Formats: sequence, structure tokens, C-alpha cells
Amino acid sequence: MASNADVSGLTVLTQAPTQTSDDAHGYYTPGEPVGDTKAPAGLIAERWTKHKMDNRLVNPANRRKLDVIIVGTGLAGGAAAATLGEAGYNVKSFCYQDSPRRAHSIAAQGGINAAKNYKEDGDSTYRLFYDTVKGGDYRSRESNVYRLAEVSVNIIDQCVAQGVPFARDYGGLLDNRSFGGVQVSRTFYARGQTGQQLLIGAYQAMERQVAAGTVTAYTRHEMLELIVVDGKARGIIARDLVTGEIETHLADVVVLASGGYGNVFYLSTNAMGSNVTAAWRAHRKGAYMANPCYTQIHPTCIPVSGDHQSKLTLMSESLRNDGRIWVPKNAEDCDKDPRDIPEEDRDYYLERIYPAFGNLVPRDIASRAAKYVCDEGRGVGPMVGDFRRGVYLDFSAAIERLGRDGIEEKYDNLFDMYERITGENPYEVPMRIYPAVHYVMGGLWVDYDLQSNIDGLFVTGEANFSDHGANRLGASALMQGLADGYFVLPNTIRDYLADGPFDKIEESHPDVVAARTSVEERVQKFLSINGNRTVDSYHKELGHIMWEYCGMERSEDGLRKAIDMIRELKADFWTNVKVLGTADSLNQSLEKAGRVADFLELGELMCIDALNRRESCGGHFRAESQTDEGEALRHDDEFAYVAAWEFSGDNEAPVLHKEDLVYTAIEMKQRSYK
Amino acid sequence: MAGSGIIFILFVLLHMYGNLKAFGGETSFNVYAEHLRTIGEPMLPREGLLWVIRAVLIVSLVVHVWSAAQLWKRSNAARTQKYAVKKNTHSSFSSRTMRWGGVTILLFLIWHLINFTIGKVNPAGGPTNNPYELLVDSFSTWWVTVIYLVAMAALALHLHHGTFSSLQTLGFTNSAAARKRARAAGWVVAVVIAGGFSLVPLFTLFGVIDY
Amino acid sequence: MRLTLKIWRQADAQASGALKTYDLDGVSEDMSFLEMLDVLNEQLQGQGEEPVAFDHDCREGICGTCSLMIDGQAHGPEVTTTCQLHMRSFRDGQTITIEPWRSDAFPVVRDLVVDRSAFDRIIASGGFISANTGSAPEANSVPAPRDKAMRAFNVATCIGCGACVAACPNGSASLFMGAKITHLGELPQGQPERGTRVVDMVAQHDAEGFGGCTNIGECAGACPKEIPLDVISQLNKDLRTALRNGH
Repeated sequence: MASNADVSGLTVLTQAPTQTSDDAHGYYTPGEPVGDTKAPAGLIAERWTKHKMDNRLVNPANRRKLDVIIVGTGLAGGAAAATLGEAGYNVKSFCYQDSPRRAHSIAAQGGINAAKNYKEDGDSTYRLFYDTVKGGDYRSRESNVYRLAEVSVNIIDQCVAQGVPFARDYGGLLDNRSFGGVQVSRTFYARGQTGQQLLIGAYQAMERQVAAGTVTAYTRHEMLELIVVDGKARGIIARDLVTGEIETHLADVVVLASGGYGNVFYLSTNAMGSNVTAAWRAHRKGAYMANPCYTQIHPTCIPVSGDHQSKLTLMSESLRNDGRIWVPKNAEDCDKDPRDIPEEDRDYYLERIYPAFGNLVPRDIASRAAKYVCDEGRGVGPMVGDFRRGVYLDFSAAIERLGRDGIEEKYDNLFDMYERITGENPYEVPMRIYPAVHYVMGGLWVDYDLQSNIDGLFVTGEANFSDHGANRLGASALMQGLADGYFVLPNTIRDYLADGPFDKIEESHPDVVAARTSVEERVQKFLSINGNRTVDSYHKELGHIMWEYCGMERSEDGLRKAIDMIRELKADFWTNVKVLGTADSLNQSLEKAGRVADFLELGELMCIDALNRRESCGGHFRAESQTDEGEALRHDDEFAYVAAWEFSGDNEAPVLHKEDLVYTAIEMKQRSYK
Repeated sequence: MAGSGIIFILFVLLHMYGNLKAFGGETSFNVYAEHLRTIGEPMLPREGLLWVIRAVLIVSLVVHVWSAAQLWKRSNAARTQKYAVKKNTHSSFSSRTMRWGGVTILLFLIWHLINFTIGKVNPAGGPTNNPYELLVDSFSTWWVTVIYLVAMAALALHLHHGTFSSLQTLGFTNSAAARKRARAAGWVVAVVIAGGFSLVPLFTLFGVIDY
Repeated sequence: MRLTLKIWRQADAQASGALKTYDLDGVSEDMSFLEMLDVLNEQLQGQGEEPVAFDHDCREGICGTCSLMIDGQAHGPEVTTTCQLHMRSFRDGQTITIEPWRSDAFPVVRDLVVDRSAFDRIIASGGFISANTGSAPEANSVPAPRDKAMRAFNVATCIGCGACVAACPNGSASLFMGAKITHLGELPQGQPERGTRVVDMVAQHDAEGFGGCTNIGECAGACPKEIPLDVISQLNKDLRTALRNGH
């Protein structure tokens, strides 16, 4: 971390990028640079404090007159609903699940980072900031990241006060572990269920406000349109998924905390219902979508077993601490029992290529390496499509070293889960793993206040783009969700609401009626096409295109091909999809149809974004931008910017707005793991 | 349920102990029966303590039956649409038969009181003012013993789950070990009490206990 | 594998439902139970029949959305959630009956989907610690004994799926409630509201129409997270203490 530069935040250390390549020429229209990011200047450590002071307050008596809509009840949405409810605002919370407690934050396993420095091992706010910016390959906004690191400590305090049962040491104090390759122990955890425990904490806090009458929970409701009146977000159109009723909900401000869009790949570690619709509807109403191509692919997931596969299950990354990854040297050995393949015929490829880091190389490198060996025909496990997609993660050496008991103690629940899913016992046969889409760093563009370019539309958590740059560190997603929900949004939204309550609008307002009508028409459209293919079959095909051409490695030719294929698929979808049932009942196919229609549009934009960004950074790897040794090569001179895409109409080229990334407190460096 | 249940457990334990006096012969048994009526004299009137015990038992019975009826009613209301297929794989037979078992015991209790306390019915037509003779005459009649043994089976099941359940309801089983002990207590109480009660009728039927 | 499925079909909450029989061929034993239903649904849609509605989301055993009474057992024959149950637990040619959770407090919404919002209302009645955002003291200022924190965690793993209610012959939600009361009651932060919490939650539980607990134990056997029966004992103990203290 040593640096000779002044990192106080007072001097600009970077130069504005100038893009010379133009791979996506013809697919987009250049636009004006992004306007005000509201990112404060000055000493980096004081920016958030000063900003909070500068933000205006809302008189407590006025708060109950202010209606806040929050879409999503994960960490970002649930925490915000609870906090804004406690503050006295009138909150309406929406989720598609049957209970707020089921949002997909619940599935996060590893932990949550916080710069508490309880281990006295040299951690600090700055170091967490530094690691996060570096981990994001210098593609995040530094003021946001510093703020994230700063409030991380408050999150732990808040969660403990709520009764989150974090792991503790024998003295009854909180325990920490080192996670995701960082050198300090700053990760707080609750066994392998940290996300669950944090989410239940936020959920309970929110339910407390439901009982207090400040929060109304609309479960099994899906937002299908954003209402924008006079340039301001003023509500949403939602469908009651049980009765099918299309409802208008008006408010003074709308918060989207609707999660990520990894399900555009069909197979991912996301929940089946995770979708982009709320964000995409806002995008179509003018909100910029930023860096949509930044996707995190996690190397240790249970491989696909056949065409029936509906989702992929993540196995904790900690397995790489003791497991050795290998494939057979010779393709003809791939269908053999791995225990019969002698040592000299095994290729421990990570240890071979990256002797310094071995099996612990970062997620994207481990993922890509697995893809390459499988592409070469050396993958293992069942044939899926035309080749085997899997590599061995072998614990036999570790079992010899630590004994079976030692392994059991560390990983027993993971081994059990693996056996339950695959029917194979990993104590006897090496595990098989393969990368899977896990998280998206891209999302709706927001300023420092987490407000999108539409006034009154705030976006938090995975749904926004702001804090992780091109890649996210382990145990940082939970941190960001809760930071946004508990501490950032409540302090920034008040500055906007200080101007409210805004003029009341009626449901008969032409813009409201138009939004509602468009939703009703769309629902009727899905039901009336009456074609030959199910929604799922389109989703699968889209996922296949995205995975092949916009997955771990992207190339100019592949992306162009993908764009054409997606356009064709989209056209076919709108003429040939089959949605049975009615609009006025619980109709899961109808729900999916809307989501897949939006994924089709998003997929195209992701490919355009990936095509434009002719560099490799974080989770985005362009085949055309690598070192001689095949490593990712960033081009700061061209691409140290946020690509914020504006929707300009169906089948129209999107407009690209750039936000140059300015670093004052950290120097950009090219990473190396050799 | 738990409080009244525990009172019954204590009662049947003492009752069973008293019944074993029958092995001591007529004098032993009748002296014991008479003693029950004279405990506490002269402080208490004759049968004073007996009536106190009876009062407690009657109140417990009302509470126990009323609570059971409430639970039964709630249980029925909680699932009006039954399963087409339902398997119970993690519960004892006794725990699932508490209600019908309880009804069986209640019916037996009525017969038992008619037989020995209120009605004093001697199935052999013999005297009813001598407790020992009444006992021997009754249990020498095979069908009385059969009724009695069936009731003891129902009581054993009821006690097996009831003992554990009352400890659980009173909050004494907050760990796996405590739960295991409570389950063991259920077995012990069931075997000791129902077994103990069964000895007298069996031994009478086979002529060991006789005039 | 070839299966015969008897599945509860019900158009909506008001309609009366019935078991309907379907034949399904080509089931792989590597499929999860829900993937098997996905295949059935693709087949049904091909035939122009509306797919079977069932609840599911994360499909990795943690969100608690999936349910299903499979051949009379909540989440089927293994100790796991339906989404983690795989077809290798069944045999070729088997007939499998699939019903929704049966509880009047969980009314059927459609087919196999039920409304479990009663659980949310039980939590809202007291299943929380009142700690407004921003008011929290430094996390390590209050140590929590490790064994108590571990017990709190072990029972906090409840996923709110409702299998305990579904399996309980009385239709009681005591295991769900006991898990929350034990979780919060084992932590120092949970003490101030310990008395009111249990009283309010039990009152809400009863008002929702759940049955009373008779300690049968089917709940703990069906729980995919293996929450032990002693949380009900803890609930009872806390309730007794609370009532004694006049709550």
C-alpha cells in the first residue's frame, strides 16, 4: 500500500481518459458527459461528515406527510424501510416474495467487512477503502467507497444491537476472519449464514415498524412501471401477484432496492425470482444504466448436471484454502474415475500458472482459467451440450494432512450440501466445480446521494452501480447493502425530501394514467400472443447466448454475434411466446414473461457496453485486451470512466454518457498475481 | 395441562403404592384403607384429608379436561382441510394418542369410582363394606381385570408422553440432555405406575392374593 | 425415472381443489424436486394446461420460500428443504402425492402456494429487539457469552418455511415462535423486551388460529434446519416467567 503520493484527497492524481477505440460504433450514440455527481471535494476523510451537515433536515412533524416507496426488502431495502420508518416517514415497502424475509440477501454465506480493527492487525477505514477500490480495479467512485468504509463500523454496532448472532470468541467478543485474500481479519460472520442473519435483523426491524404503523408491507407485489411526473419520480405501478390487480401507488420519492440482474444468464447463483424489471422500467423512463457489463463470476459453484438445471449453487470460496484444483493432462482421461488418474497425469493448472498465489488467485482469474481448460476439452463431469464443464477440487491431500476430522470441522456443512446435490461423497471423490454468475457490479447510475439522474428516484444496494467498480471483494456486498440502507440513504434522501411534501397528484393525472395503461396493455399483450414457446425456453436461450459471448471472456466478434442473436430472439419472443392462464390470478408464467422481456433488452445493452469497453478490468475480460501472458490489461487512459447508458426508445441506439473517474486519494495500479 | 397432570401423576403414584398393600393381606390393606380416613385426626375431622385430596383432584380434573378440550378444539380448527397423505415419523405413538387415551382413562375412572368408591359394586355379589374383599372379589372376575389392564395400558401411554410433556411445558427441558432425561422420566413413570397397578389385579386373578 | 404425481390443484383461495394425477417420464435422479416440477410444467404448457403453481425462490435451502407436503412429509423424506431434495431419494415408478401446507392460518392461494403472512405478523408483534438505527452502542461494549451466542445462532437459522406447522398434528407454530424467542432471549441485547416479547408473540400466534402445542415433536423432525424441541421449552419457561412478573 506504500505510496509516495499525497493521498489526503486534496490533489487530483489521475488524468481524464480519452477513448481512442470505438468497437461499438454504430450500436450507440455518444452523449454529453454525466452532469453533477455531487461527490464532495476536500479531505477524503471529511467528505461524508461535511456532506451530512450540508444536507438539509426534515421537520419531524412533516415526515409523516411524506410518502416513501421502497421496492425490494433485501439488506438495502429492508434496512432503509426500517430506518425511514423509525424516523417517522410514511413508508410503503414492496417485494415480489411472500415475505420481506425472503429477499436474496439471505443467501450470502461468507461475511461482512468492517474496518473495526479488532485484531489490531493494521486495518483502518483507509485500508478498507484502498482494498475495495483496488479490488474493483479502479473503476468505482472514490468518495462513495470511502464513505462505505467509513460507515462499515456502524453497521456492526447496529446489527449487534438488533440481536444478530455473530460468531464470538471465548471472551464473548466478536470474532473476525480474513476473507477473499485480504491480509487483515475484518470479516464478521455468522457461520456460513451471515446474509441470513443480517437480513433477518433488518426484517425484524422493519416488521417492528409495520406494527408501529410507519411501514406498510406490500408482499407478492411486483413493480412494473415507474411514474414520472414533471421530471420527478412520483410513484410506481405494481401488480398484486395474487389477485392480478394493477395498482397505482403514489409517493414523494421512490427508492429502488431491487437487487442485481445476474439472472439474465438464466443460470446463476441468484434466486429464481431475482430480476431486472424494476430497474429496467426506471431505465426506460430515463434513468441511466451504468456499467451493465460488469459481472462477477464465482469460480466455486457446483457444475451444471443437465438441461433441467434451474440454478447454480455456490460453494464457499474458503474451500480453495485447502482444496487443490486440477484437470487431467490428457483429454482422453476425462471420463475416468479421478482416483485412477495418476499424479503425473494431473494438471494442477492454477499452481502451475500462478505459483505465488496458486489456488487462491482472485475469483475472475480462477474462473477464466477453469473455462480455458474446459474449452480445451479437458473438463470433467457429465457432458453438457458439447463438452464437459467442470474441474476437480481435490481434498485428498488436505485430508491426509489434517485428517478427515480436521476437514470435517472446517467444511462439513459444505461437504454435506455438495453430497446432497450431486450424490457424490467429496471425502472420497474429488469435488467438481465450475464458475457461475454470482453478482453484478453494474446497475442504475446514482450520484453521491444515491439519487439517479431522475429526480426523486434513489437506488441502493446491488441495484445501483456505485461502490464496487469492475469487481467486488468478498464480504462487501452485505456491507454495501446495509451501508446504503441504514446509514447513507436516510441521510441523503432527507435533503431531497426537505423540499416536500410535493404537490399532490391524482391517479387521474395523464402521466399516471399513461403508466398504468402501458402496464395493462403489456400484460394483455403477453396473454394474447399465444405462440408456441414457453417463457422459460426463451430465458434459457438468452442465458446461453449471454454465457457464451458475454460471460467470462468477451470478444469483439462474439459480442457482435450475440447482439444479433439477442435481437432475433427478442423479435421471436414478442411473436411466439406462449403464456397461459389469466391476468387476474396468481400466474407465475405471466410474471416470468415480463421479467424475461426485460432481460432480453438488458442483455443487448450489456453486450453493447462490453463491446464498447475494449479493455479488461475486474469481472470484464476482453480477449483483445490482455498481456502477452494472457492476463487482464486495463486501459486507464481510455476507459477510466463510468459508462452511463440512456435509453432512447425501442430498437434505438442507446446514448452513452461518461462519468470520468477522478482519484485523489489512491493511485491507479495494474494488478498482477504472477 | 401440565400442572394438573403432575398432580395426577403424584396421586396415581401414591394410589399405586397403597394398592400394593394388598400383598400384605386383608389386615394390612384394610388398616391402610381405614388410615386414609383417619389421617390428621383429631386436628382434621374423619375423612378430612381425604376430602381435601378429593377436592384437589376434582379441580385438577376439571382443569385438565377443560384444557384438553380447548386444545382439541383449537387443533381441529387449525386444520379443517386434512391431508390426503400424512406420515408421522418423529413422534411417539403415545404423544399422538393423548386425547383418545385421555377419554379412555376418563371412562375407566367413572367405572372405577362406581366399582370401588361411590357405588361399591361387587361383581361377585359379595360384601362391599370390606375393602379387601371387594378388591379380591372384583379382580377375581376376569372381565374386571381385563377392563383394568386395558385402562392401565392407556394410563401407561398417557403417562409416557404426559410426564415428558409436562416437564417440557413447564420449561424444564432446555437442552438435549434435559430432554433426554425428561423422556426417560416418562418411561419410568409409565412403567412403575401402570406396572405397579397391574400387579394387584393380575395376582388376584391368578389366586396369589386371596382371602 | 418414470413417476406418477398426484398434485393438489386449486384455482384460487375460494375455489375447491382436488388431487389431479399426472404421469411424468424422463426424470433424472440428478434433478431437484423442483426441477422435476419445472419439467412437468413445461410438459403441461405444451399440452395447453396451466402449469402447477408452487412457491420457490433461492433454490439453495435458505430463503424458506419452498414448501410442499410430499407423500405426507413436509419437504419430503430427507431433512432438507424441497429445493435441496433430489430425485435420487425416490424410486422409478413411484407414485408421489404433493399437497400444500395444510393449516387454516396458511390459506391456499393457488395449487401448492399458501399464504404464510401470519408468520410476519407474529414477528411484528414482538419478534425483534427495539434498536433504532444510529442508537447502537459500540458492538464490543457488551460481551455475549459464547455458548449463549452459539445457541442463539443455532436457533436463529430458522428460515420461516412453515414446515413445523405443516407437520404438527395440532397445526401449532410453537417451534417457529420458540426459535425466535430463544434466539433473542439468549443475547444480552434481547433482555429488556424478553417478557413482553413472549407474551405478545404467543397472543398473536393464538389469534392467527394456530393450534396449541402438545409437545408431540413432529415439528422438530420436519424442520429442515433441525431446530430442536427445546426452543418450545424455552418459550414456555419465558412465558411462565413473564406472566409471573406481571406482563
